[in-house]
Parts: sequence; C-alpha cells; structure tokens
Amino acid sequence: MSTNPFHVPPGGDGTPARAPINMRSRWMRINSARRYAVNHLISGLALLSTILVIVPLVAILVYLLYKGASSLNLAFFTHIPAPVGEPGGGMANAMVGSGIVLLVASLMGIPVGIGAGVYLAEFGRGKALASAVRFTADVLNGVPSIVVGIAVFGLLVEGRHYSAFAGGVALAIMMVPTITRTTEEMLATVPHAIREAALGLGVPKWRTVLSVSLKTASPGIITGCMLAFARVAGETAPLLFTAFGNQFWSLSLTQPIAALPLQIYAYAISPYDEWHRLAWAGSLVLIVMIMVSVTLVRIYASRGMLKGAS
Amino acid sequence: MGVGINVEHLNAWYGTTHTLQDINLRLPANHATALIGPSGCGKSTFVRCLNRMHETNPIARATGVVKMGDLDIYKDADPVEIRRRIGMVFQRPNPFPTMSIYDNVASGLKLNGFRNRAVLDETVERSLKSAALWEEVKDDLKKKSGASLSGGQQQRMCIARALAVDPEVLLMDEPASALDPVSTSKIEDLIFQLKSQYTIVIVTHNMQQAARVAENTGFFLNGKMVEFDSTHKIFTNPKDKRTEDYITGRFG
Repeated sequence: MSTNPFHVPPGGDGTPARAPINMRSRWMRINSARRYAVNHLISGLALLSTILVIVPLVAILVYLLYKGASSLNLAFFTHIPAPVGEPGGGMANAMVGSGIVLLVASLMGIPVGIGAGVYLAEFGRGKALASAVRFTADVLNGVPSIVVGIAVFGLLVEGRHYSAFAGGVALAIMMVPTITRTTEEMLATVPHAIREAALGLGVPKWRTVLSVSLKTASPGIITGCMLAFARVAGETAPLLFTAFGNQFWSLSLTQPIAALPLQIYAYAISPYDEWHRLAWAGSLVLIVMIMVSVTLVRIYASRGMLKGAS
Repeated sequence: MGVGINVEHLNAWYGTTHTLQDINLRLPANHATALIGPSGCGKSTFVRCLNRMHETNPIARATGVVKMGDLDIYKDADPVEIRRRIGMVFQRPNPFPTMSIYDNVASGLKLNGFRNRAVLDETVERSLKSAALWEEVKDDLKKKSGASLSGGQQQRMCIARALAVDPEVLLMDEPASALDPVSTSKIEDLIFQLKSQYTIVIVTHNMQQAARVAENTGFFLNGKMVEFDSTHKIFTNPKDKRTEDYITGRFG
C-alpha cells in the first residue's frame, strides 16, 4: 500500500475511493494558493538578494570610471610618479611592482595552500595533525592583515631592509588559508566512487590523488585560488612594513618595491588634488587588473573541457 | 587467460563488526561464479577482499589466505599490483568525469605511466569491442566525456576500462543493478563471452541473472557462506534449508 498522502486509489467508477472529493479539492485549492504565494515570495527574495549583491560592484566600477577615467593617459601606464609639485607622472612602477609581489605570493601561497588542502582531504582524515592544520588555517584566516604585515616585518625585514620578497611572503601567508580550505572542500565533493575506480585499476594512491581527485576538483580549486589572489591583490596593510613602496623603478626582490595599493594609499592621503586624481585612476586600474586576471584564468581553465563533462 | 582463486579461512571486519566469518571457497579459472544473498550479508566485502580494495577503508581489516594461482595475495604481493591483475567493476558506473571516453578506457595504462600511442589506440579499440561498446562510441572517443554516456554505456565503458589493463580475474559487484533491462541483458551477454578469457566473480541480487551467467553459485547469509555448488544444483536442489528459503523468496 502506498504511503504517499497525495495518492488517491481509484474507486470502481474511477473516482477516488478514499476521501470525499469536494473536501480534498478544497483543501488542495487553499493549499495551492498558499504554495503559489510562498513560491513567488521566496523567488522574489532571491532575486532581490542577487540585485543587492551586484549593485555595490557596479556602483564601485561606475564611480571609479567617473572619477578615475579622466586621469588615465599613456603617461599613467609608462611613467613613474612625478616629484612633488610637478604635474603628470604615472604609476608604471607600481603596476609592475604589484605584478612582481603578487607573482611571488602566488608562487609560494598556491602550492603550499593546495598541498595542505590535499593533505587534509586525502591523507589526514581523522588524524590529530589534520585537525591542528584545519584549526590553524581558520585562525590564520581571521588574523588582521596588518598583523600579518608586522609579523613578516619582524621575520624578514627587521635588521635587513624592506623588500619585494617580504611583501610577497606577507601576501602568500594571507592566501594560504583560503586556498587550503577551498581545496579541502572541493576534494571532499569528488565522489568516493571515482577514487575507488582508479585504485581498482591498480593506480597508486599518489597518482590517484594527482590525476583523478585533483583533476576532478580543479575548477573549484582554481576558483579558490583566484578568490585568494583577488583578495590579496588589493591589500595595503601587509605591504606597509614589507614591500614599503618605492617612488622609482625597481625590479629587485631584495629592494623596496612600489605596489598599486600602496601608491593609491600614499596619493589618497596627500594634500594635492593632482595626486587625488591619480589615486582614483590607480584604483580603477587595480580593479580592472584583478578582473582581467581572474577572467583570463577562468578562460584558460575552461579550455579543452569535454562535451558532457561535469 | 584467467586464473583460479582459492580462499581459505577469510575473515573481515569493519571496525568491530565481523563482516565475513571464516569463508572457504574455490573459484575455478575461466568460469563465472555468482554470489547471491540478502543485502548486508557480506558479498561485496568478500569481493573487495579478493583484490585488496577492502583495506583502502581505514577502519577495515582482513585475515586469512587468498591465493590467486600460487600467489598468496595478502602475503607475497603489493596491493597495487594485485588490483592491476584482478579488475573490478562497481555497482554504479563510475567514469572519470574529466576524461574523454578514450582516456577513461586508457586510464589504467596512462595513469601507470604508459605512453605508447599505437599500443594505447589498439588497447582502447580492443577493450571497447570486448565490452560491446565500440560501434556506439567510435566516432566521439576523444570528443565526449565518459560521463556523457547513458548509464548502460557508462557501465560497459567501465568494463572496457577494467579489461584494458588485461586482468586475469574480473570482479563485478552488482554490475547491472543500476541499469535498465536492455542494458542489463547486454552486460549479461558480455559476461557470457568474457568468461572464456577471464575468471569472473559476479555479485548479484537478481537470481535469474545468476542462473543465466554463472556455472557456480555461492549463497551468503549474515557474513557466512551457507552453500556453494553448481548453479543448477543451488537453484534446483539446494542442500541447506536457508538457501532454499532465499531462492524461493521466503525471505530476503
């Protein structure tokens, strides 16, 4: 016998044999009106939330375009900052500097983050070390960025000097927890059956992790890395005591280096209108740089996807 | 060619649960052996012990002797090597979703570092033909993901994948239970053909299926093997009352 309450077994004449038909249909009518209303209410709320999420992003972009676009010119991308009092100048050194610091941060933070995530998801299940790593990552995620900057200052800068490398290390430390936890979570969504398929074919565990688990989870892991990258790309505080900033060209990892957020900060708090305008332009460039790099990685990562691949 | 398997005093545990209790069994080479029994009776655990997949679960443990030919697989062999020689097909099709049909079938070889294109091509074609899937997929081998096939096709692809590493024994854990009748009959035809070359162990809930494909049948109940005999004997004249009750549908 069916336990489905909506199932009405037909009587001899084709009418439901269980409940009086008029009562059932009235109940259904009231109920369906209520469901209709609730359904639309929830859909409406979801739509409203989506709009609320998009509005700030669009507003920021529009405002930056309005404030910054007029100060963008070729010199902005090719010149270093002009001395105080002279007009013109650009942020070429800061853009390149940001690129270098972020590259250093990614080269260190992404492998360490993914490696720790793989350990948590594939090898450390139920082990005390894994719980410790997970807890540390969560705490690290909550550490204010200025504190990370000071810590790296104490480790790498004090007694030596400010350097691009120290800036990269500070940003890498900020990237690691996000990447670790995302990698772990994405690996956890890979069905166990797929790992068993590989193990059952006589594939060693390390190879299964590398070519099956990680590959299956890679879209999510890449998204996690991009989120971490985008987050630290705009960080100012960890760079204040590490990369420090530089008004001149420098490509050296052992010297202080300019970075867009630092340059924006320095110009924004200055008393000169010209520098304020450059700060707006710098902010616009920073946001566009982040958007472009995230988009490029996404396009690159989705290349060669197969028909019907999930 | 297939090779026989000899199981002596096999015991298996999940945590503290004694899932398999003193199993003794001979699986003859180049024959299909069916294992029947109600859910949770230990059939799946048993086949997972045969290729040492059981121990991939951290809380699982097994004792006893399992011999493949003369090789004691728990004593003298590396589990990874054993799994290469004893292939496995799972209950639900489990294609690698990021890989093409070609890469799925070639995965056992490729993931073990084998790169020779000509041999890979030839192996993929031969395996897909053995699994009766070649004609259906030969035009989009490298274009389509293995996950884009239908359930029945996916399962035949998984069989092809298992065959591609050239195992001597093929373990099938309810290979048709998630499939429709047409796909099921294709899989059964396939098992029928494959047993000339491989030793096959098939776990099934479908007693007609056991009767159709297997020479020998073992009946499991509550972690013990109640009876093992020729399929004909089990289904027409079982010795044990419990076997009779099960196959006549009085329980289970």
